[in-house]
Amino acid sequence: MRIPLVISTLVARSAGAGSRLSRKGGGTTLPGRVLNALDPGASARLARRLEQGSAIISATNGKTTSAAMTAAILASRYRLAGNPAGANLSSGVATALLHTRGAELGLFEVDEAALPRVAEALEPRALCLGNLFRDQLDRYGELELLAERWRGVVAGLAVGSTLIVNEDDPQLAQLARGRAGVIRFGIEDARHGGPLPHAADARYCSACGVAYDYRLAYVGHLGEYSCPGCGFERSKPDIWAEAITLEGLTGSSFQLHLPEETLSVRLGLPGLYNVYNALAAAALAHALGAQPDEIANGLESTEAAFGRSERIAIGEKELLLLLIKNPTGANEVVRTIVASGTPKTLVIALNDRIADGQDVSWIWDVDFEPLLDGLERLIASGGRAAELALRFKYAGFPESRIELVPSPAEALDRGLKLTEEGGELVVCPTYTAMLELQKVLAARGHADLYWQRAARAREESGLPRSPK
Amino acid sequence: MTTRIRLCHLYPDQLNIYADRGNIAVLRSRAERRDYELEMIGVGVGEALAPECDLIYLGGGQDREQALIAPDLARRTEEISAALEDGAALLAVCGGYQLLGRGYRDRTGVEMPGAGVLPLETVAGDRRMIGDVSIECKLEPEDTHSVVGFENHGGRTRLDPGAVPLGRVVHGFGNDGESGFEGCRLGKAIGTYLHGPLLPRNPWLTDWLLGQALGRRLGEVPELEPLEDDLEHEAHAVALGRARARGGKFR
Repeated sequence: MRIPLVISTLVARSAGAGSRLSRKGGGTTLPGRVLNALDPGASARLARRLEQGSAIISATNGKTTSAAMTAAILASRYRLAGNPAGANLSSGVATALLHTRGAELGLFEVDEAALPRVAEALEPRALCLGNLFRDQLDRYGELELLAERWRGVVAGLAVGSTLIVNEDDPQLAQLARGRAGVIRFGIEDARHGGPLPHAADARYCSACGVAYDYRLAYVGHLGEYSCPGCGFERSKPDIWAEAITLEGLTGSSFQLHLPEETLSVRLGLPGLYNVYNALAAAALAHALGAQPDEIANGLESTEAAFGRSERIAIGEKELLLLLIKNPTGANEVVRTIVASGTPKTLVIALNDRIADGQDVSWIWDVDFEPLLDGLERLIASGGRAAELALRFKYAGFPESRIELVPSPAEALDRGLKLTEEGGELVVCPTYTAMLELQKVLAARGHADLYWQRAARAREESGLPRSPK
Repeated sequence: MTTRIRLCHLYPDQLNIYADRGNIAVLRSRAERRDYELEMIGVGVGEALAPECDLIYLGGGQDREQALIAPDLARRTEEISAALEDGAALLAVCGGYQLLGRGYRDRTGVEMPGAGVLPLETVAGDRRMIGDVSIECKLEPEDTHSVVGFENHGGRTRLDPGAVPLGRVVHGFGNDGESGFEGCRLGKAIGTYLHGPLLPRNPWLTDWLLGQALGRRLGEVPELEPLEDDLEHEAHAVALGRARARGGKFR
């Protein structure tokens, strides 16, 4: 017997209230887990209530930020349901769907591995695929496997659905070939390109196995490629960024080419990787009917999402949180830090829980070396602080300038102590280390907890608070 | 004149998935701090191993990359055996370890030939073996060491009767999750599933490999001056704790 939707949603919602009351967490996934267990079809039925349907963003890197940008663009047009706190597994999406009353459009960021299941339930009208990088092999398995599953997702999209892909990622460009209703985005600014980095992914053509010729690479293996074997090559995107100026840790500006017109955009988030996030958001929002001025305004008004180049004032000092989680993302964080002048003190917190990836070998594929010129003190933190310290030691950083402070809270204090008044402390935590820091910052009254922010984000998008 | 250790790194472009450059960086640093030079020579598909090679290194790759290099590696049986005969040491990790055996049979029964240098073969299993791992390892008589790392492999590796494992599994799966063996040792050649990368947190093993490589170059294994290894030992202790708490086993 199927449990009526009204009952299963009621039970699931009260589980969330219980989770918040018991202070175990924000209830961003528990109600959804309960809902999925009670009735595996409930998400699909809740999603069908959204009169404008659903849109999904997935990527290894940048999905939380590009979802936040897309939400900022669309907020004036639609009442949105979404998962801005980054709970992006099937349970997080189900939880968000429990809070859809009054919402018109669902906008969800979805974990790469969870995409097949979520896409099947949501039947999205638009699917935006941002990038696929090597990430947490212990959890996601090999990249090829993930790309294969995504191929299945694309094949299962309804005929009328729009597929949005990053044309600079050859694996994604391949997925979109031969399909109608595709929007491609990319970067067209050779000045920001370079050689393919160490241990880049997607070196070999997924169609014929021959090594790609990379004319240049922007971020990881994202760039201009062609295959000498079968002739597969990057095509000119439909939406692109050019004339990009990077402004250190503060942001960037660029020309955004939309099919209708070209706009100047000033982004408040740093680095080339955020230009890609902005392009993903612009292309998705465009597919969902946003006008060029709405796109520009939304992108310019987007603030950092939860720990992604987020600034927090602590007395006279400022804290800059830059999440790191895999080689490509961390390389971009390093590049951005170095471009604005390497700070004297840096806190890096490496945890190895399931959400971080239990296998910490990825730190050896990150190019931390550019930091060595200018860095005076590394505070190595997290459960695998010693491993991180070794990474720097074997890069040639003097051991005497490394402090091992495994507790992220204590590392934060130590870092702040070394930061002068009016100065900025840069902290690069992995995912669960960032959650720890957020809790400490919230307890001290410096920042809201992520579920409080999620509630506020829902409020700002015109939705009622989660039920009491 | 400084003594130079010649390291041949096979397929650096294809087999690099588990941060293999970390292993190379540690070999280099620990050699240089003893005033030895490390000369690294990348050897790609179709290229010959450099002569006078003291140490051979093979890392791990994704399935696609492994398939790209497997036919080339399978043609190197004599070349690698000759280098080992000549006294070279060898370290092969994960995919490189599997492909130095006779071959790898995937779940559809398709055989990928290996170099047949190590006395073992590998068959795909239905569940991947993923997690922290610790083993007990005795490369010299009366000298037992704990070696820690991370494993992530679908293949079950079976050693031939009489073949010597690298060590005994203390926590984790090891070669096949059943035999209690991890890795394989053939003289100065070592194959293992342990990455992480392997060498930074196991400095003793790094020094053993350097010693063997220098043994070929100098005619005898030199005494390597001890280095300050507090961080290495701390990282080892943390990883050992992880293996104890959450090392893989079939439940």
